[in-house]
Amino acid sequence: MNKMEKALHELGEMDDLAARSSPIHDMSATAKLLTTIAYIVTVVSFDKYDLSGLIPLVLWPVLLFQLGGIPVRTCFYKLRIVLPLVMAVGLFNPIFDRAPLLFLGSVAVSGGVVSMLTLMLKGVLCLMASFLLMATTPIDCLCASLRTLRVPKTLVTLLLLTYRYVGVMTEELAIMTDAYHLRAPGQKGIHVSAWGSFLGQLLLRSMDRAQELYASMLLRGYHEHFHYAPVKPFTAKDAAYLAVCLGVFALLRFVPVAALLGGALVR
Amino acid sequence: MIEFENVSFSYEKDRPVLRDVSFRIETGEAVGLIGANGAGKSTVMKLLLGLLSGEGRIAVDGVEVRKENLREIRRKLGFVLQNSDNQMFMPTVCEDMMFGPLNYMVSREQAEKKVDEVLAQLGLTELKYRHNHRISGGEKRMAAIATILAMEPEAVLMDEPSSALDPCNRRLVINVIRSLPQTKLITSHDLDMIWDTCSRVILLSGGRVAADGPAREILRDRELLEKHRMELPLRFQS
Ligand SMILES: Nc1ncnc2c1ncn2[C@@H]1O[C@H](COP(=O)(O)OP(=O)(O)O)[C@@H](O)[C@H]1O
Ligand SMILES: [Mg+2]
Repeated sequence: MNKMEKALHELGEMDDLAARSSPIHDMSATAKLLTTIAYIVTVVSFDKYDLSGLIPLVLWPVLLFQLGGIPVRTCFYKLRIVLPLVMAVGLFNPIFDRAPLLFLGSVAVSGGVVSMLTLMLKGVLCLMASFLLMATTPIDCLCASLRTLRVPKTLVTLLLLTYRYVGVMTEELAIMTDAYHLRAPGQKGIHVSAWGSFLGQLLLRSMDRAQELYASMLLRGYHEHFHYAPVKPFTAKDAAYLAVCLGVFALLRFVPVAALLGGALVR
Repeated sequence: MIEFENVSFSYEKDRPVLRDVSFRIETGEAVGLIGANGAGKSTVMKLLLGLLSGEGRIAVDGVEVRKENLREIRRKLGFVLQNSDNQMFMPTVCEDMMFGPLNYMVSREQAEKKVDEVLAQLGLTELKYRHNHRISGGEKRMAAIATILAMEPEAVLMDEPSSALDPCNRRLVINVIRSLPQTKLITSHDLDMIWDTCSRVILLSGGRVAADGPAREILRDRELLEKHRMELPLRFQS
């Protein structure tokens, strides 16, 4: 198996994860979608120096990992490619923002360091939240739920096709990398001189295949209504879950829980 | 059941792929559409399914292939793609098979019953909950046929159903095709397979119908086949 085939296998694993059963899996996709969006909005809205306010929000994904039976390791393993990118976003903050913001004992911590950590945490939390949504909800149910929330058909189909397109593209990439290495033995990676044609070929080939795939959907009656998705109805339980989550997010956002707790402990 | 009347088509201007193609296929016929690579076999299929549109008249059961009729027509025609990887996109075989019926508003219970029925018919029961990305090429081709049969089509179209299969799987697919009671249109350059499955053959060459007649005549006509860049079926070559 080359690297790409492994990646493909992992994509398949996402489907497996989503098809499992757990208290989280059994919830309506709409409830999960809305809480995830609310969570991401909450996380992003924190001030860039408000690291302590952000920390309690870690609890939510931790809880979901537990309840959904999703291994945390799998999450970080699958996100290993994007995580460094997200982490890199705040990397320069310590250089530009050197004013000391707080003191840990006698060590001054600059605003840049705090904002870097805050940004990194924000990125990781948002990624984890999205991962958890995908790992506990089949893509077709998610699309069905988007439709009930009146997201335009075209956008939803686009999302669905993107999800499938990634699979197709990885597969083509696997085939092409193999073909390349068979004729360029001992070479590590793909030589720069071949990048252009390689990329062009990849796009053309995966576009052809994606088109066939879409045709196969159309020919079997796909009409952007997702009747086929095993949708779980939105029940009172889902409403309660949604309400509790929104309440807790609001609380954590507007009441400095960590500071209060810290204050209580110190006193 | 299927009519092509003076159909012409080109992907690019001034490079016609089909020129004035006409034929009729009656209900219950098994027709092989043969021709060398690039003869336009797949294009004929795509036109029939309304994935492409050209000039001339194409009709299914008297209903013309046009945008407003596509849903009705596609319900009647089951199309097995050449590349099964592009045909199957749901996580498991069962979900893939239910995709079509559910889109046509069949209830979940009924769709699942149909799935069991078709899998039993093809002897594939153990594939039901298998993952599409974890089954072999041969199994995938059979599963692709199963997804189409689950929709209970009136006619089955297959694009090169024996391509990329080992002899044993090829034989399995041939036996399945032979057992299907539906109207069949099968493209291939595997003339042995066509001999085993079809009673009538349409030969495409240079974008035109070069011959149309009983399989037992056309597939034994060495001169005709060689003129159009094909060879006699292996079984007649000795
Ligand atoms: N998307 C396309 N764009 C341009 N030309 C195409 C396209 N698809 C097929 N062709 C051309 O049309 C001709 C017929 O193709 P096709 O119907 O796939 O042949 P067959 O299935 O008989 O091998 C070929 O010459 C091919 O190069
Ligand atoms: Mg073809």
